[in-house]
Amino acid sequence: MDIPYTVAARPDTGLNNGKIAIWLFLASEVMLFGALFASYVMLRVGAPEWPAGATYLNVPLATLNTVVLISSSVTMVLAWASLVKRNFSRFRLFLGITILCGLVFLVIKYFEYSAKFHHGYLPATNTFLAIYFTLTGLHGLHVIGGMAVNSWLWGPGSAMWRTDPAHFTNRVENAGLFWHLVDLVWIFLFPVLYLL
Amino acid sequence: MGPETATAHHAAAHDADHEELGFWWKYVFSTDHKTIGIQYAVTGLLFLLFGFSLMMLMRWQLAYPGRALPLIGALLGEARMPGGLMLPEFYNELGAMHGTIMVFLGVVPLAVGGFGNFVLPLQIGAPDMAFPRINMASYWSYFVGGVVMLASFFVPGGAAQSGWTSYAPLSNIAGSGQSWWLFGMVFLITSSLLGSINFIVTTIQLRAPGLSYFRLPFFVWSQLVTSFLLLLAFPPLEAAAFLQLMDRHAGTSFFMPSGLVVSGQVLEVTGGGNPLLWQHLFWFLAHPEVYVLILPALGIVAEIVANNTRKPLFGYRSMVYSVIFLGFMSFIVWAHHMFITGMGTTMATFFQTTTMIISIPSIVVLTALILSLWGGSIRFTTPMLFALGFLPMFGIGGLTGLPLGLAATDVHLHDTYYVIGHFHYVVAPGTIFGLFAGVYYWFPKATGRAMNEALGKLHFWGSLVFMNVIFMPFFIMGLAGVSRRLYDGGASYAHAQPVLQWNVVSSVGAWCLGLAQIPFIVNFFWSAFRGRRVEANPWEATTLEWAAPSPPPHGNFPQLPQAHRGPYEYSVPGAPRDYLPQWEPRGA
Repeated sequence: MDIPYTVAARPDTGLNNGKIAIWLFLASEVMLFGALFASYVMLRVGAPEWPAGATYLNVPLATLNTVVLISSSVTMVLAWASLVKRNFSRFRLFLGITILCGLVFLVIKYFEYSAKFHHGYLPATNTFLAIYFTLTGLHGLHVIGGMAVNSWLWGPGSAMWRTDPAHFTNRVENAGLFWHLVDLVWIFLFPVLYLL
Repeated sequence: MGPETATAHHAAAHDADHEELGFWWKYVFSTDHKTIGIQYAVTGLLFLLFGFSLMMLMRWQLAYPGRALPLIGALLGEARMPGGLMLPEFYNELGAMHGTIMVFLGVVPLAVGGFGNFVLPLQIGAPDMAFPRINMASYWSYFVGGVVMLASFFVPGGAAQSGWTSYAPLSNIAGSGQSWWLFGMVFLITSSLLGSINFIVTTIQLRAPGLSYFRLPFFVWSQLVTSFLLLLAFPPLEAAAFLQLMDRHAGTSFFMPSGLVVSGQVLEVTGGGNPLLWQHLFWFLAHPEVYVLILPALGIVAEIVANNTRKPLFGYRSMVYSVIFLGFMSFIVWAHHMFITGMGTTMATFFQTTTMIISIPSIVVLTALILSLWGGSIRFTTPMLFALGFLPMFGIGGLTGLPLGLAATDVHLHDTYYVIGHFHYVVAPGTIFGLFAGVYYWFPKATGRAMNEALGKLHFWGSLVFMNVIFMPFFIMGLAGVSRRLYDGGASYAHAQPVLQWNVVSSVGAWCLGLAQIPFIVNFFWSAFRGRRVEANPWEATTLEWAAPSPPPHGNFPQLPQAHRGPYEYSVPGAPRDYLPQWEPRGA
């Protein structure tokens, strides 16, 4: 038994199943991070004083991380576009760069975190650091999740390119949509935590 | 090839399919939406029974505070009930876990996971859900969440004790059971995320040819709106769970204010947190959650009312628009649970206004259902009795909610037994009657056998009487000012003395309600194996699920059906029978 519209679009909706599902998933992710950002606002508004991000955090490293993550979003699109143009080796190249960018992001984040711990800045130190570690930690888990999916599509999952290229292209597109969300969340996190 | 031979062919081909699947893959790790629906429904029913048992235990303490419970008291051990006397901590565990289990492990899995999974793909003429493996993952995530919740009873300090709402800062400083509760919730949230995405995609993409949105049965609409609520309202609770886990295990103070004094000592925390933040995040989920509880039941009742009155639903389109509007509005009423938290009158005015607005679509749907009865030739089958019982019970639940939605009256009623009475009228004789109606209605589709009518009627009348015996006294006690969650049921309060005897009435009602479920349990198992065999469409119904054989094979339909008309074409003038099924071409 085959489920209809797993690959081809349904004529009257113009979408395949996976595309709708990933957008719904992203909507729920927006509500998850939206709730945390709202919590940030409520805690900050209620606080007698709130430190400037730069007093605890390393703005240049975070700027570098922002550049790295935005670049990875560009290469993610290029990876998908390569598949649309039926160029599998370029797909591999660009998706590989995307995964590496994710790794670079995490390594930089690791150095940031260990510098904080070294200075004795822990989640329990104050509410600012508490929300900083919670938001960036959850975002980091999303980076790891996105990298896991991308790595699977780069490696064993890419066998599907030979059997069902249209389906595989859809999968890469959907993984890309998730990766853009991870990027987008960081683009909100960076000014909120480091600059404001 | 006639429909019977086609069915036989399909069944044979399908049996051959299934020879390859072993027991585990066919019944346990199945990706078939019908098997998953039944798994959800049976697990949900078991959790309902378990959650109800916790309450029957609590009702002893409430009716006879300080008196030893014979037999069962000894079985529960010295740590919980020394000498048969219930400890306050154990009472709190029971209270918190009763609410959690009934809402998150009982009603929602049965209403959405069970009925949604089993009925929705059949009603839209789909071969399965859009993502069968995600569907299986959804069930198993729910299952793990349930196991975590049950296991929490056995950790040191016992299960969560801070009420089903887990208000901070109490829950922040509670024992390790609270962390288990939070982890369990994360699994349950994951489960409903996977499920709701699946339902929405299935409804949008897998509708049979000809089945336009306004030909969808009302049940499908109710599930669709419910899925959006689950998808968008649960993540904020997940965020709250993460924040509370950080508070409990990383020493943060998201919900801990500065200078909090516990047992006469100032807690050593960084402070600066906001206990109200938890309430906002919790109710942002939990108000839509109330509609998650009620909408599937409304959908089930609508199907059964149309089928048993043998006429179209009154105002089907108004009902659909109402339920969509209700879904939107349910996201902006949450703070009516927080009128007495000191959030200010401006906020209170806004939220009581939205609350009054949201009552309009609920009343439109209920009125449409009641008007649907007018002039019908009603068949008083067991599912119809439960559906008819649902209407006034849900009406009482809804109307008693109005004084709680207005800030001025809520100040007096907040956290009293009145609130408990209101909520339970909505969910127990309301939603759960709707769910029982659904079990009796779709049981023949799921098993190919009908449930016994005599036992069903016994079950209905017993349940109807005792539900009211339990919950009507709550209004009396609440109006007298008795608070909820009291370990002694109010015995130590002077103002509660004149109404204390109602605790005994309510408790006896609860135990009798337990007895009244025995006919249902017997009926359920006896009918599954020995019940009267029925053909595909025993209720002479019009919607697409009745086009499939009973029980439907893997893939559901011999040939995928086509919808030729709206969902409720009953008693059409000039038609040969009093029902025109959606799948029959005109003139057939």
